[in-house]
Amino acid sequence: MDDIRTLIVDDSAVMRKIVERSLRQAGLGIAQVLEASNGAEALAAVQQHRVDLILCDINMPVMDGLEFVKQLAGMENAKGVPVVMITTEGSEGHVVQALSAGARGYLRKPFTSDQVKEHVLPVLAKKP
Amino acid sequence: MNAFNPALSDRGRECWLPALQLSVQEVFGLMLGCELEVLKESPSEEGLEITSMVGLAGQLCGIVTVRCSAKAASRMAARMLGIEADQAGSQKWDAVGELCNMIAGNFKNKITGLGDGCMLSVPTVITGGDYNLHAMVNEEIRAAFLFEEEPVVLGLEVHN
Repeated sequence: MDDIRTLIVDDSAVMRKIVERSLRQAGLGIAQVLEASNGAEALAAVQQHRVDLILCDINMPVMDGLEFVKQLAGMENAKGVPVVMITTEGSEGHVVQALSAGARGYLRKPFTSDQVKEHVLPVLAKKP
Repeated sequence: MNAFNPALSDRGRECWLPALQLSVQEVFGLMLGCELEVLKESPSEEGLEITSMVGLAGQLCGIVTVRCSAKAASRMAARMLGIEADQAGSQKWDAVGELCNMIAGNFKNKITGLGDGCMLSVPTVITGGDYNLHAMVNEEIRAAFLFEEEPVVLGLEVHN
């Protein structure tokens, strides 16, 4: 894929920019980046736009990342869209919760661009 | 019923300061691409007008704080975003908040057995130095660093 539309969900605008820069540095063919500052905004974005990849924080106001992933699983136009959690919540319990809710990958903050690539590339490769 | 958690015992607490120092070094190394110099003595608090706080709740209750000058915060934002420090503007507050969030999370993940039993709040950032923080804590750990010639003071304040 070389025209990937990515949705970055994080309540920190600085972190959204860092994630976007890391994706572009990784050379993953990111064409367009959409942003949302919480899960509710992210659900609205998915309803309005085609999205190929979602990178999502967990601790956010309004709607957290785990609830977002659960609700996303019920959306017809989001079927098969991979979600990678990028979060400071790195405990085993959080990883299990996120993967059980439907996330395909899990990356702990702080991270490097190489780590973003390592976690995102496999989920894009498996995308139907 | 609360199960005994060795991380919260007196012996476990001896690991907190080195874990906190390592957490800071890792976050600054990975996200800002720099090494911090550890200060052996606490610097003057004058000029530390930005305070970021992340709350801890659960088996470990308290707050993690990062305090620095506006100049240091602008330089942190600049390094994180790949911009000039004078372009950082209000992004410096967000940057310091996220750094505090990552330090708190990284610290929590280093303390064996604490990860699932402790939740983090979203960060809060206070600007200005004329305030008193009353967090009802009874244990406090501080660590100070030098970032680009500017002091950065880290605190872990805990309810027992």
